Amino acid sequence: MSNIHVRTKINGDVVEYVCEADETLLDVLRNRLGLTGAKEGCGTGDCGACSVTIDGRLTCSCLVLGAEADGSEIGTIEGMANGEQLHPLQRKFLEHAALQCGICTPGILVAAKALLEHNPKPTETEVRFGLAGNLCRCTGYDKIVRAVMDAAQEMRRA
Amino acid sequence: MVKVVVWGSLKPHTGGKAELEIEAGNVRELLNRLGEAYPGLKPQLARGVSVAIDGVIFRDGWHEPLRKDSEVFLLPRMVGG
Amino acid sequence: MPLDSTQQNKRDFKVVGTRPLRPDGIDKVTGRAKFGADATAPGMLVGRILRSPHAHARIKKIDTSKAEKLAGVKAVVTRADFPDKTDGDAALYDVLYNIMARDKALYEGHAVAAVAAVDARTARDALKLIKIDYEVLPHVTDVDAAMKPGAPVLHNTIFTDGVEPKPKKPSNIVRRYEFGHGDVEAGFKKADIIVERTFKTEATHQGYIEPHACLANVGPDGQGELWVCTQGHFMVRDTCARLLGMDISKLRVTASEIGGGFGGKTTVFIEPVALALSRKANRPVKVVMSRDEVFKASGPTASTSIDVKIGVTKAGRITAADATLRYQGGAFAGSPVEFGAMSTFACYDLENVRAIGYDVVTNRPKQAAYRAPGAPMAAFAVESVIEELAHKVGMTGIDFRIKNAAREGTKSSYGPTYGPIGLLPTLERAKQHPHFQAPLGPNQGRGMACGFWFNFGGQTCVSLNVNIDGTVALSVGTPDIGGSRASMCLMAAEELGIPYDKVRAIVADTSSLGYNDVTDGSRTTFATGMATILAARDAIKKLTARAAQIWGIEPDAVTWEKGYAKPAGANAGNFPPLSIAEIAAQAGATGGPIAGHHEYSADGAGVSFATHICDAEVDPETGATKIVRYTVLQDAGKAVHPSYVEGQFQGGAVQGIGWALNEEYIYGKDGRLQNAGFLDYRIPVCSDLPMIDTVILEIPNPGHPYGVRGVGETSIVPPLATIANAVSAAAGVRLTSLPMSPPKILAALDRKAAAE
Repeated sequence: MSNIHVRTKINGDVVEYVCEADETLLDVLRNRLGLTGAKEGCGTGDCGACSVTIDGRLTCSCLVLGAEADGSEIGTIEGMANGEQLHPLQRKFLEHAALQCGICTPGILVAAKALLEHNPKPTETEVRFGLAGNLCRCTGYDKIVRAVMDAAQEMRRA
Repeated sequence: MVKVVVWGSLKPHTGGKAELEIEAGNVRELLNRLGEAYPGLKPQLARGVSVAIDGVIFRDGWHEPLRKDSEVFLLPRMVGG
Repeated sequence: MPLDSTQQNKRDFKVVGTRPLRPDGIDKVTGRAKFGADATAPGMLVGRILRSPHAHARIKKIDTSKAEKLAGVKAVVTRADFPDKTDGDAALYDVLYNIMARDKALYEGHAVAAVAAVDARTARDALKLIKIDYEVLPHVTDVDAAMKPGAPVLHNTIFTDGVEPKPKKPSNIVRRYEFGHGDVEAGFKKADIIVERTFKTEATHQGYIEPHACLANVGPDGQGELWVCTQGHFMVRDTCARLLGMDISKLRVTASEIGGGFGGKTTVFIEPVALALSRKANRPVKVVMSRDEVFKASGPTASTSIDVKIGVTKAGRITAADATLRYQGGAFAGSPVEFGAMSTFACYDLENVRAIGYDVVTNRPKQAAYRAPGAPMAAFAVESVIEELAHKVGMTGIDFRIKNAAREGTKSSYGPTYGPIGLLPTLERAKQHPHFQAPLGPNQGRGMACGFWFNFGGQTCVSLNVNIDGTVALSVGTPDIGGSRASMCLMAAEELGIPYDKVRAIVADTSSLGYNDVTDGSRTTFATGMATILAARDAIKKLTARAAQIWGIEPDAVTWEKGYAKPAGANAGNFPPLSIAEIAAQAGATGGPIAGHHEYSADGAGVSFATHICDAEVDPETGATKIVRYTVLQDAGKAVHPSYVEGQFQGGAVQGIGWALNEEYIYGKDGRLQNAGFLDYRIPVCSDLPMIDTVILEIPNPGHPYGVRGVGETSIVPPLATIANAVSAAAGVRLTSLPMSPPKILAALDRKAAAE
């Protein structure tokens, strides 16, 4: 199988890598680039733990080939904070105790951020459907939804 | 003498009795002497038991003292998730 | 007992009971936290496991020669690499057999061989080159079918225990349990109304989002390191060391952050295999389960078949309660039927009660604990019958339960007499809760149920070190699965009288701390918490002794108050208080490092009770059920960090919702799992649910300095019946089999319509 040279942008930084044709973007992020924030929960696009954004669009990175990222802008959890300054979603998750084990948290934060970028004033139902692609087994989603609504409100005021 | 109650399906090994009287000052003595008096109990004792003393369940407390008026129950060893 | 009248509740807690941010929080929201699959090592190999495609087969021959020759393959292991070192320990032998099949493959997914190779592709190709000669045997996956004479027998060493006379032929029934007291036959004679029902529940999986993962590194000197996501790294160390014939001290296990466990990570699956591969290859080996493997080859919970018979007087008093529970725990002994049987009637005050349990084996993966193992299924059966009885005598479900509830002094159905317990407070509080008064819409119904779990203690060890700047390093040995590090810091800060953020807790590796039992049984806040409190008190003794030295007075003339050593009275001397930082700064000159320890076997865990209320809406056209409103009321003894207590209530309730409505293991006629992925094994998603309201009650547990009771497990016990009762009220049909998925509800509605 031949290797493919890929040039892309990840969290604003230009990144180049070589990967095999059948390697997923998730594998590239985790195994070649050391960006282990995205997690493999299922490998079949059902759990959302591998969520990233590709050109602003929420995507399961386990369903995208590493080669397909060529020329795109990838957003991962590692790019969410601005240096020392956490994103309001990250802060609200901590304040609301919206995580227990934390394995789904990177994916949910990426999904929530994408949701609020498209819809800055979501209703509770819209938040719930916006996050329906991200499985969480620990929290029952209650505190997650509260945290997202609270962050949305803070971001609207800013 | 301490009165200890074993659960129903152990009765075949104790001559049909659920309530047994054993001379013991702590849990370790109790379990050892139960095994001596009723050898049929030994496999279950080896698999593991918990002992409830006056309503409190002990899993490992061999040195827990037993009074003669303690309410003592033998229970399967507790496991959680 | 009224809620606020006890000593512990009168204590004015400074930090316990508040909601500070957790110490591992920033790492978890930035993706920095390292979970099981996030570690790497130089020269690391990829390990993969070959698994049986057959539900039951004799393994006649294994030929790994071609796989061993493939370029890039550095080690291959089979049953030949796992000699039996279990020394007569039957439970450990079952673990050995489960992690690598021996003479038979006992379930689809059973490990039969493993390879370590330079990359994933080579490992995958190597597995394809392993030739296994199977003799396929008849299989059985249903618990009732497995008990019938003539069923395929898995182990010819199983002769049912606990029955008289002892059987002469082997079977799949491992053991019979019996609990209870009184005379149920006499009790039924006194009943005016008797309800008798049979229930079936299908197997479910804990559903943690993080698959099992570990990185093993065994050197040429036989010393090993293991990085693993687990609920008990000391258990992993001791089990793997014993299985591999290593001295325990030669294996150092570090617990990674863990992405969910719920009991499913309280045992080993891939870890001994990873270590064996690493030892053979002399290189680090990383093994990560795929989601498919998690469903097929980790430890789902038991599927069950339960008969319940309860008799009541016209006035609503239970006269007798009888249950027979049949649980299958996969291919090896150990389904949680005894806890199911013990907890079946635990909520009730009964004169005549009996619960009989059968532990059965089938050709399915070996079960592992799942949050209050054995109890949810039993509660589903009992609480459904209780609801029916209540209606038959013209009482509401809640009043009927209040009338028959267990309380302090009640003889429990499993034997011992209850001390102070929180069941009645949860029922009475539920009755007053606005949820009960809320109006219901069309096709909606309300249900409620109670639940119980034992909780327990276990071996625990904590080390608390005071740094020279007065901050505190706390080492605990129980992996943090729900935010427990925050609670430990709260308790240490409370005892020492210092701010919460001056204490930092870590989960130490197995070489740095004494033995700790696994994080299970809702024991962490109770047992590790109690150890933390006692270690802090131990440190305080040493701090006050140092202050005494500094002042030149007797140690018992010094007290500790709000983070300061003070002379005990005017007679002791007129010294200004010394802060923890001031004492610590002089540690080197006053005797060396200052630390507190506590090592013990915690006991005295308090049982916990809960009442749940649910409003469900059933669509008569599709049979789909929507949860409209859900409330959890549970006794926590003392809520150290209320946000994480609420989180446990909500998480357990939602797992119960999934179990009640959708989740099930579906087997084909070939004994193979049909739905080994999250698409078709449907756990609740965000849009399925409403907010989960919580009420924390605090009836202190006399066995803990702050009154703490475990909270993690009880919340999964009531939901199955709560929802069955709500669905029954909404749709007018009572389902006796789980899950209550749309096709089943539709079928029940059709039967009801046909009968009318």
